[in-house]
Amino acid sequence: MQKEMAYSFPDEVLKHVFSFIQSDKDRNAVSLVCKSWYEIERWCRRKVFIGNCYAVSPRMVIRRFPEVRSIELKGKPHFADFNLVPDGWGGYVLQWIAEMAGAYPWLGEIRLKRMVVTDESLELIAKSFKNFKVLVLFSCEGFSTDGLAAIAASCKNLRELDLRESEVDDLSGHWLAQFPETCTSLVSLNISCLGSDEVSFSALERLVDRCPNLRSLQLNRAVTLDKIANILRRAPQLVDFGTGNYAAELQPDVFSNLAGAFSSCKELKSLSGFWDVVPAYLPALYSICPRLTSLNLSYATIQSPDLIKLVSHCPRLQRLLVLDYVEDSGLEELASSCKDLQELRVFPSDPFGVEPNVSLTEQGLVAVSLGCPKLQSVLYFCRRMSNAALVTIAQNCPNLTRFRLCIIEPKTPDYLTLEPLDAGFGAIVEHCKDLRRLSLSGLLTDHVFEYIGTYGKKLEMLSVAFAGDSDLGLHHVLSGCESLRKLEIRDCPFGDKALLANAAKLETMRSLWMSSCAVSFGACKLLGQKMPKLNVEVIDETEPPDSRPESYPVDKLYIYRSVAGPRFDMPPFVWSMDEAVKILH
Amino acid sequence: MVFEKDLNLDATELRLGLPGSSEESIRISNKRALPDMNDDSGVAAAKKCDQETAPPTKAQVVGWPPIRSYRKNSLQTKKTEAETGGMYVKVSMDGAPYLRKIDLKVYKGYPELFKAMEDMFKFKVGKYSEREGYNGSEFVPTYEDKDGDWMLVGDVPWEMFINGCKRLRIVRGSEARGLGCVV
Repeated sequence: MQKEMAYSFPDEVLKHVFSFIQSDKDRNAVSLVCKSWYEIERWCRRKVFIGNCYAVSPRMVIRRFPEVRSIELKGKPHFADFNLVPDGWGGYVLQWIAEMAGAYPWLGEIRLKRMVVTDESLELIAKSFKNFKVLVLFSCEGFSTDGLAAIAASCKNLRELDLRESEVDDLSGHWLAQFPETCTSLVSLNISCLGSDEVSFSALERLVDRCPNLRSLQLNRAVTLDKIANILRRAPQLVDFGTGNYAAELQPDVFSNLAGAFSSCKELKSLSGFWDVVPAYLPALYSICPRLTSLNLSYATIQSPDLIKLVSHCPRLQRLLVLDYVEDSGLEELASSCKDLQELRVFPSDPFGVEPNVSLTEQGLVAVSLGCPKLQSVLYFCRRMSNAALVTIAQNCPNLTRFRLCIIEPKTPDYLTLEPLDAGFGAIVEHCKDLRRLSLSGLLTDHVFEYIGTYGKKLEMLSVAFAGDSDLGLHHVLSGCESLRKLEIRDCPFGDKALLANAAKLETMRSLWMSSCAVSFGACKLLGQKMPKLNVEVIDETEPPDSRPESYPVDKLYIYRSVAGPRFDMPPFVWSMDEAVKILH
Repeated sequence: MVFEKDLNLDATELRLGLPGSSEESIRISNKRALPDMNDDSGVAAAKKCDQETAPPTKAQVVGWPPIRSYRKNSLQTKKTEAETGGMYVKVSMDGAPYLRKIDLKVYKGYPELFKAMEDMFKFKVGKYSEREGYNGSEFVPTYEDKDGDWMLVGDVPWEMFINGCKRLRIVRGSEARGLGCVV
């Protein structure tokens, strides 16, 4: 390395200073100060976060940052979670692993989200990285327990194996037995997504036994209630525990064994799992409830009275995930018991039912907003809402950073006034000045987008469905939201005008998704031509977009900035609008 | 999706109508099928519905409400397990090469059940009378109850029937003579 300026600090000093700078944003800022700082910084960057795996190529990352120890990659767009992205779209990690295997022999941590991970990729990880410590596969798919067996067998110092919400081809539970007897390093193990009945429980018990640093363990649904006590007694140091099935016939000795096992876990702060709950077993948790800060009951079909009883024992609760069986009455109890609450997620128990099956309305959320001053993050599914309620919530909770409301029936108006919910959401963005993430629902006109563009200055992610009247709506958002990184839109009457008028804005964002909107094929082509730093991809599973007139709207559109150019792994139903790529496959 | 070679206003016109009023974005769902969100075409789904025996519950929009598949599946499994009786029962018909399965919980009463069975096996249930059983058809619907006895479908109230029915068999009229049928 060359020193550009003779009077600067020696590289070693700068490197030492930079080592205290962990956040990516700060690191990026450091690298822009001057050429020598760029050089020094790039050699000592150990962690890289890539929010869109197609925004940059593995080669480019390796070239710039030769000494990386930890990498995080995200693949598919968020709407893939709701089956809007067809299978085979992309997000393959293999190429990344292959290139990093050669360039980063000391790579220790891989974190992936919404990527396709094959057994081949896992086997490659297992044999390429001698110091491999952390594997997090969040909402990934494409692999089986065979790939996990390879990881377990080869990674001598594995600390974290977290498969949360991934789809695993569960061929055999025996992969767990592949962890060698010498492996004592596990700190975190999350196998909650595994379906099979065959998780080798004895292998799991032995593993837990020999890993004294195990802090976080999430079992899968197949593990029965009677087995919990055994596990907990082997790991009383657990901080975060996910049960399997929480149902069994009530037997006094099983109950007391379970209660005793829980009470021996003095550090336990977070619970999840709770598939198939028998309410009579919930009191076994009472001894640890006073310490609980996080509770995920979102699979538990227990009714409001049982939920109220449990929650009233948890005054320190900061995070609660629950089904709408909690009802307004349960949320009112939550509001009075849990003053530290920061995050609430209420999921629908009957999302496709026409009539409400539970008494959960906007009142529950209003009660929580009133009673829980620290509330920051909300995900709420309900069937009715009013502007008045939203205004109240906004005024009660000015510190909201994430607000996602899903009124189940699209285009539902304010149930009191039958007006659109523009004013309500407007109040949210106006009062909650630190709002970073917002999901809209209900009947909404262009006005709501005017509010969002005017007030949503810190907004980074916006999700829109069945809303708006015209291009003006989209224009307000693209021209007003200065911090916008991700925008995802479905079934809205937004067309070419707003998109083309704000083309430059798209280069400042990570990505834009639009499906079932009114953007024409011609506009997509134009965008692709004019903006070489954007990848404009049209998705259509029925017909090639150029088999129809240019004015026809495209089915799905995904635009993202990239320095890597168009990707080479597009399936037949994805068309790149890049000039250099032939449109006809 | 079918694209006409004209202006195709339907495709470009975003209506304010509720989902269910446009073919492009809905599919009819069968309550007993796992929500399969890969089937986008309303036309294909409508055809599928005709073949299915259960009535549609609600027109579903793909990917809405925005819930992850594993959550939906988790609720689905629970629902099936939560039902006490009247779940899937086998249905056989004399002379048919294989059995079928139907979910009794999906039907509100005997007429719907018979319609479904008629559609499935392409026969007609005769007219029911308490005294004479089924009149006017070669085939008679029977079921095996909790005690293992074969009973004529229709004698007991619907709720009692679905809680007690273990399997269904459509017998030839000649074999059903003992049950009091007139062929």
